[in-house]
Amino acid sequence: MEIPYTVEPRPDTGLYNAKLGIWLFLASEVMLFGALFSSYVLLRVGATTWPHGYEHLNIPLATVNTVVLITSSVTMVMSWASLAMKNIRRYRLYMGATIALACVFLVIKGFEYAAKFEHGLYPSASTFMAIYFTLTGLHGLHIVGGVIVNSYLLGPGSRMWKTDPARFTNRVEVAGLYWHFVDLVWIFLFPVLYLL
Amino acid sequence: MSEAAPGAHGVVHTDQHAPQGFWRTYVFSQDHKTIGIQYAITALLFLLFGFTLMMIMRWQLAYPGQAIPFIGKLFGDSRAPEGIMLPEFYNQLGAMHGTIMVFLGVVPLAVGAFGNYVMPLQIGAPDMAFPKLNMMSYWIYFVGGVTMLSSFLMPGGAAASGWTSYAPLSVIATVGQTVWLFGMICLITSSLLGSVNFITTIFQLRAKGLSFMRLPFFVWAQLVTSFLLLLAFPPLEAAGVLQLMDRLAGTSFFMPSGLVVSGQALANTGGGNPLLWQHLFWFLAHPEVYVLILPAMGIVAEIIANNTRKPLWGYRSMVYATIFLGFMSFVVWAHHMFLTGMGTVISSFFQATTMIISIPSIIILTALFLSLWGGSIRFTTPMLFALAFLPMFGIGGLTGLPLGLAPADIHLHDTYYVIGHFHYVVAPGTLFALFAGLYYWFPKVTGRKMNDTLGKIHFWLSFAFINGVFMPMFIQGLAGVSRRLYDGGAMYSHAQGVMHLNVFMSVCAWCLGLAQIPFIVNFFWSIRKGKKVSDNYWDATTLDWAATTSPPMAHGNFSPLPEVYRGPYEYSVPGNGRDFLPQNTQAEVH
Amino acid sequence: METAVDESIRKHVRVYVTVFIALMALTLITVTLSTLHLATPVAIVVALCIAGIKASLVAAYFMHLISEKKVIVAALTLTVVLFLVLMVLPVSHFADRGL
Repeated sequence: MEIPYTVEPRPDTGLYNAKLGIWLFLASEVMLFGALFSSYVLLRVGATTWPHGYEHLNIPLATVNTVVLITSSVTMVMSWASLAMKNIRRYRLYMGATIALACVFLVIKGFEYAAKFEHGLYPSASTFMAIYFTLTGLHGLHIVGGVIVNSYLLGPGSRMWKTDPARFTNRVEVAGLYWHFVDLVWIFLFPVLYLL
Repeated sequence: MSEAAPGAHGVVHTDQHAPQGFWRTYVFSQDHKTIGIQYAITALLFLLFGFTLMMIMRWQLAYPGQAIPFIGKLFGDSRAPEGIMLPEFYNQLGAMHGTIMVFLGVVPLAVGAFGNYVMPLQIGAPDMAFPKLNMMSYWIYFVGGVTMLSSFLMPGGAAASGWTSYAPLSVIATVGQTVWLFGMICLITSSLLGSVNFITTIFQLRAKGLSFMRLPFFVWAQLVTSFLLLLAFPPLEAAGVLQLMDRLAGTSFFMPSGLVVSGQALANTGGGNPLLWQHLFWFLAHPEVYVLILPAMGIVAEIIANNTRKPLWGYRSMVYATIFLGFMSFVVWAHHMFLTGMGTVISSFFQATTMIISIPSIIILTALFLSLWGGSIRFTTPMLFALAFLPMFGIGGLTGLPLGLAPADIHLHDTYYVIGHFHYVVAPGTLFALFAGLYYWFPKVTGRKMNDTLGKIHFWLSFAFINGVFMPMFIQGLAGVSRRLYDGGAMYSHAQGVMHLNVFMSVCAWCLGLAQIPFIVNFFWSIRKGKKVSDNYWDATTLDWAATTSPPMAHGNFSPLPEVYRGPYEYSVPGNGRDFLPQNTQAEVH
Repeated sequence: METAVDESIRKHVRVYVTVFIALMALTLITVTLSTLHLATPVAIVVALCIAGIKASLVAAYFMHLISEKKVIVAALTLTVVLFLVLMVLPVSHFADRGL
């Protein structure tokens, strides 16, 4: 027997299963990053000295990365809108752009890390560097996860468009929700680590 | 596959119930019932293993410094030279006993096994909402469990910093602690995926007519538990990541400045805060207490309603109490930290929330007691365990109140009183409820019932000995004996008056181990030889008993899906031919 | 029917573009303000307010939270409350500790 409400929404909740599932997952992600932010606050308040982010970190690169990630969020939502308008070619274009932008983000991040390592700034250098590497590293892993999912939806996963277009559109929407969340985390990480 | 092969030319299996291979049916199954059974078997083995660790520890507590008989030599010189347990090994056993019992035993059995098997049946669903995710949850749990066990083989042995893994001790511990952290991250991930699946299933796949106030209490308990797992576990995952960074990347999240260990200043930069670990740990671990107890209450509620042949007393109050309990459990964590230099204002706050959270527990327990009132009780084996749960959990809960009050906690903190308190909640409390559940749903899973004589022997012996183990702990604790002592406190003069209890408790613990033999025998014997029984052996009302016994091992528990017309506990409704009205019966039977 | 759906999606797309411009503008503002090196407490409040607005825009429009079903809104409200509890955690740590 098929599991109901994989495509069409359940009347009383108004949701299909995966949409509720991804939002619950994101709720747990909020608590994960929330705990890390909370740790950051506790350590910063308890520290005798705390550097300003701009003393150690490269704000121009991080600003470019912010623009890159926000743009990728727009292309992601556009890829969903293209599917909703039954335009698979435009979907491929926007999804490809999303993945490309995510890779640009990771490459820039890689340069940032390399510059830190060159100056001997490892996570063990100070509590500030420790929290910087942990938070951006964990966020980077989320980006990698998103790239994997999105690549699947661009490549082999897109075959579902032929057999079950409604379900495929839902999948893209769910992947998009995750992707916007990763963007949203960065929107907080950027000022907290770099600007303050 | 071999059945399909002969004469299969040109036959296309369009039928989705086509027989699957052995691996897909029994190992990498996506069926919630198979996964539930997998969870149950794995968790029971871990419970047995964790209990064995404790039985070994109890030798050292009863007879400090004497060689462990029979098996002592097997541990090797690094753990127990000449069979005499080393303090380091004692610490490993203690830390791993706690971790295994909580994270690998009780929660997977209560949520993974009972939740997976029973909940979808009770809501009339064909399966979980995300079957693949369900399979992943189990296998990630399995990997986490194996990782945990493998830590015993690491140089320096397993994690030895207690199940709480307080920093900075845990940060400077041997490599076993790193393995513990990886294991925990697996277990947390598994729980998160599981809870997403549970909540989605309960919201989306309820049968037609099954409104929230018609859900069996067990489903409510699982729903609130899932929310606790979903939202309380991530902070511990964050803490685990930070501790891994401390151990592997040399950061100092939990390491204060100027820490000196064994006369040597540590090389790390410092500037961290050991109490941060405690905050994050207890932010999970207090809700975790309710993760341990709520499914147990759910099981007990089902069994009590069924065996008193009465509706649950105050079903709505119980549901609201459960929701309130779940919410409040997030704002009590610091009552574990009264002795960390907290001032009176903040400790008063957490003291107040702690007293408040005892109210919903008492509501639930009172409602269950009142449900017994005037019932014609059937003293079946599951009912005996369910009935024992009530006073045992009562003792566990009431002894917790002095711990929640800062002034009393100053005396009782970290003594055997604490050990007695939470073991009463989890061992004769939750574990008894889980045993009740095993006896209760066994006929649904296997089509056979477990033997009652062996069941009753198992119950009475367990009941007697488990109290023999834990009741003296209150006496020792009140006398000021600290927990986690290698010699059980023998070196302290203030403990001398209560040391003799250690032998009694240890003997009770070993007898408790022997008392599980009737259960193990009964379990395996009944699978093959138990009395065959009907689909609804207990004359129950909930939908799990409307499914055929031992439902097929592929998606699809019901055909067609049931519809619900009434509340979950319509027992002894006047004017009917029989004393129960299943939720899916439309017209009243006369 | 088909065109009605398309029309509503097109309306969505216009909103996305507007939100994108707003996000870019806010990024520019927050970076510019940071070069002024305001006093730390002021800087924290300003930067977190801007980040909050940006995050709300992403959640409301890209994630369609503004028109989302009430089950999800309820679950997220609970999460936000518990998130706030987490944010109060450091306060509970330092307040009244005599430090």
